[in-house]
Amino acid sequence: MIRFRDVTKEFPRRGAALKDVSFHVPKGQFTFLTGHSGAGKTTALRLVHMADRPTHGEVLVSGFSSLRTSDRDVWKLRRRVGFVFQDFRLLPARTAVENVGFALEVTGTPRKEIREKAHRLLGQVGLSHQAGALVHQLSGGEQQRVAIARALVADPLVLLADEPTGNLDERATRGIIDLFREINAMGMAVVLATHDLELVRASPETHVLELDHGRLAFDSHAQEVA
Amino acid sequence: MSYATREALSAFRRSPLLTGLSASMIALALYVVGLFSLATFNLQEALETLEERVEIVAYVLDGTTPDEMELARSELTALSEVLAVRTVSKARALEKARADLPEFQDVLGDLEWNPLPASLEIQLQPGSRTPRAIQRVAEATERYDFVEDVLYGREWVDKLFTLRHIGAITSIGLGAAFAAVAALIIGTAVRIAIYARREEIHVMRLVGARDGFIRQPFLLEGMLTGLVGGILATAIVFLTYLAIQSFLFDLEWLPRSWVALGIGAGGLFGLLASGFAIGRHLREV
Repeated sequence: MIRFRDVTKEFPRRGAALKDVSFHVPKGQFTFLTGHSGAGKTTALRLVHMADRPTHGEVLVSGFSSLRTSDRDVWKLRRRVGFVFQDFRLLPARTAVENVGFALEVTGTPRKEIREKAHRLLGQVGLSHQAGALVHQLSGGEQQRVAIARALVADPLVLLADEPTGNLDERATRGIIDLFREINAMGMAVVLATHDLELVRASPETHVLELDHGRLAFDSHAQEVA
Repeated sequence: MSYATREALSAFRRSPLLTGLSASMIALALYVVGLFSLATFNLQEALETLEERVEIVAYVLDGTTPDEMELARSELTALSEVLAVRTVSKARALEKARADLPEFQDVLGDLEWNPLPASLEIQLQPGSRTPRAIQRVAEATERYDFVEDVLYGREWVDKLFTLRHIGAITSIGLGAAFAAVAALIIGTAVRIAIYARREEIHVMRLVGARDGFIRQPFLLEGMLTGLVGGILATAIVFLTYLAIQSFLFDLEWLPRSWVALGIGAGGLFGLLASGFAIGRHLREV
């Protein structure tokens, strides 16, 4: 599903954000990508989404290689990879259901189908009653649910989440993590980046990748510490 | 209605202030171009009126027969530079002088013999009122033995031609400069609009929109804003024209083709500026 092969990512002023990182996230896996701030979690997720390219090594995502996928074709990959951010990144002028449907609009899906699917997804994340609400009328937890519904509406193979609970209170955090669990239970791979070790410790059976200063410090599948 | 059309139209609804500002900036930029066009057009009209007066007069010797005059008339009419040739007899010349110069009525009224010569008045084609063409026709006229003198105001024609030349060069230079300034202003207005919607562009990319798909609504919006700006500019230029007409001096309004071209240019500028700005933005993000 997702494979990093000796991946190094260097930035002109910051230096190396990732150094010789190799790991594998199989299909349908729930993975925590953890580490302190600046450990390289966001860089790793951006490489999966091909928002950035590795300086060395290769990233493979569901058959798309960072070495062979041109910038022109990145959209094909992105329709298979959902992405959820800490700051939600919703469009404020649109309602909840319009935000969800937006991900299908760009694929040229017929409007009727967009409406049906967007409403269904909103129901799935427990927000049917807020379909017509504008973004500012929703709580933080609700906004993140809308963002998750948007990430899911195009039926991706994997869902990436970058600190999705960073702006939420404890109760909303629990609700969002439960939602990710439910999504994963339906067979979708989830990679959740967080620096919150409490979240990771609460799920001992889950696959954990730990980054430390750009290096892979721990892979629970490999059961080894670098 | 396609996504691009829907989005382009909804941009006017969602951010009317920003869209209105962009259209106003475009209108102001095109207003300057419009005023310049109005001035250029009227200058051209004035020059053309002056040029229409350019004609060659060939005075013929006394004793020239009507057949000789008619032969010369038909041969000169056949020249490509010539629009028409009029023969003026001695009697007609005197009659005309009496009518045109009433202050010399005493002198011209009591003449025992007619001192005025017969002549050929040669009008030139609109495209042949250049010094070189006039020179050619004048030389062809001088070849007839019975032609005594050929007059066409060489200095005046040279000055008129130089004035036209300067007018054309100034029009092209200033027109291009104003158009470039308009394009820069339009480009800035569109960049502001794109910057205001950068989040939307980011989300579109995030969910897998192709660059072509992202561009479409912005191109359409840019074109519509440009067209609105063009129409606004035309309206303001027209108001200015009415004001000048009422309070200063007579002016000709621009031909429809110029107005259509101006509005079309607004749309085209909007489209090109949008294309450039969105292309640059997509490369940067």
